[in-house]
Amino acid sequence: MIQIEYFFILSGLLFFIGVFGFVTRRNLIAMLISIELVLNSVDLNFAAFNRLLFPDGSEGMFFTLFSIGISAAETAVALAIIINVYRHFHSDQVNSIENMKW
Amino acid sequence: MNYTDFLKMIPEAVLTAILVITFICDFASARQTERKWMNPLVSVMFAALTVVCLLPMAPVHAFGDMYVTSSAVNVIKAILAFGSLIVVLQSRSWAEASGKEGEFYMLLTSTLLGMFVMVSAGNFLMFFLGLEMASVPLATMVAFDMKRNESAEGAAKFILTATFSSGVMLYGISFIYGACGTLYFDDVRHTLMTVIASGDLTKVFLPVMGLVFFFSGLGFKISLVPFHFWTADTYQGAPTTVTGYLSVISKGAAAFTLLSILFNVFTPMDRYWHVLLMIVVVLSITVANLFAIRQGELKRFMAFSSISQAGYIMLAAIGDKWPTSVSALSYYILVYVVANMAVFSIISVVEQNNGGKTDIDDYNGFYQTNPKLSFLMTLAMFSLGGIPPFAGMFSKFFVFMAGVDGSDIHTTMGAWSYAVVFIALLNTVISLYYYLKIVKAMYIKHNDNPLPTFNSDNNTKFALALCTTGILLFGICSYVYDWISMAA
Repeated sequence: MIQIEYFFILSGLLFFIGVFGFVTRRNLIAMLISIELVLNSVDLNFAAFNRLLFPDGSEGMFFTLFSIGISAAETAVALAIIINVYRHFHSDQVNSIENMKW
Repeated sequence: MNYTDFLKMIPEAVLTAILVITFICDFASARQTERKWMNPLVSVMFAALTVVCLLPMAPVHAFGDMYVTSSAVNVIKAILAFGSLIVVLQSRSWAEASGKEGEFYMLLTSTLLGMFVMVSAGNFLMFFLGLEMASVPLATMVAFDMKRNESAEGAAKFILTATFSSGVMLYGISFIYGACGTLYFDDVRHTLMTVIASGDLTKVFLPVMGLVFFFSGLGFKISLVPFHFWTADTYQGAPTTVTGYLSVISKGAAAFTLLSILFNVFTPMDRYWHVLLMIVVVLSITVANLFAIRQGELKRFMAFSSISQAGYIMLAAIGDKWPTSVSALSYYILVYVVANMAVFSIISVVEQNNGGKTDIDDYNGFYQTNPKLSFLMTLAMFSLGGIPPFAGMFSKFFVFMAGVDGSDIHTTMGAWSYAVVFIALLNTVISLYYYLKIVKAMYIKHNDNPLPTFNSDNNTKFALALCTTGILLFGICSYVYDWISMAA
């Protein structure tokens, strides 16, 4: 059986890759993909903790399911808003939506 | 599963009914060009909701403790419902001009439903569901003015930071689950007690990391300082009505939830989160005040003011005692709702008569043409700044009192909480400076062509009357604070 530490390291890597991508990427869609990485690391964490540490209950699994569903809803709204941005600025780059400053 | 549990969720049931009625009315009247009855209908329903929330209700435990209310939760629900009523009232002319009033009221109702679920959650899953039910429709509300560039820009920033912050928060919750094996608030608290008492550093590591991630996720939602970058852009870009809603209702609900989770779930870890909270509160109040001074755009200015007000709201959580902290926080939110909504109603009226511009310079000489509106604005600014006869002074007083309550100045932590409250006190002086800048622009600065005289519609007048009554009476009538502190 795979040890819990490996899952933990994998999800930590995923999380920080996501955070790094969110901070450095200059494209709205790429930022959205980075956020998905963060959410996936959370799902992995919950599933692994439930399976390996607390196999009696199924709370972690349920949380994973709910989190997948909700992140899908969020992504749908975010994509709609990004399309709206594209209609206004004809670009999906972050620097095109930096009109309001200080 | 026992379906009768749904009947115990009375405020949520009423909100769902409002949502369904609004939807049916919107659907049935889709072909009418003018729907002047829509706003009064929704306003009456929200007034009914406020009355329902004000009725005394017994504490409820439903769905196996997933949904838990106490009298303090009922009080904050009543405050949020009252605030939403003001938002609905003053949104009339803007919503009718947009031609999508049905959708706007539906989105507003569903975010409020999410906030109600969030404040009465008894489990991290329920809390997360409520938070997302609140923040996803909010993003669409920010993007509501589809023809304005700023609205699209603000909405993109809002949805990206909201999703990112809930990802960070969920990562924290997963750590807490890993440490405790449960997500129910009561069970988490009991498990944390044994974990912390054991003093084993490898075991304490996981919940502390969870706490930090969770705190920063919610910090984004309340826009406390290291996590505040989205606030100014979103507030400036969103339609003024939505900005008002974001700055009072959504912030108030999230602040109440953060306080209640810190006090009721992370109780055994208070020495960790006290330090965290002190740093964040001092930063929020100070940094936001310094940025607010240099703003020339009124909505952006109010955004920074609301960040510093969020710092004052969370100041209540520095104290040690749950009853004083929660009543000070709820009272502060109530007073903040009336003062801030008065300001945003006036901004909204002026914006509609000024071609959508909201610069502070446009208000120069505002008194010459619109003396009543500028007087109300002055009252609201005085209340936000905390000048004595108005409610804002009393709310600040209670928050400061709650901040030092139960802390002994001779211990290190006690001395620190006194220091934090003192810094907050100094900052009220700075905030007074920039609030009075608006008053100065309206009364003293000379302007050869000030804004023309205009009349607001009756609903806005009623909303402003409600706000003004609140500003004048919530402080002086001790009954209001008694009602809140009795429930705590």
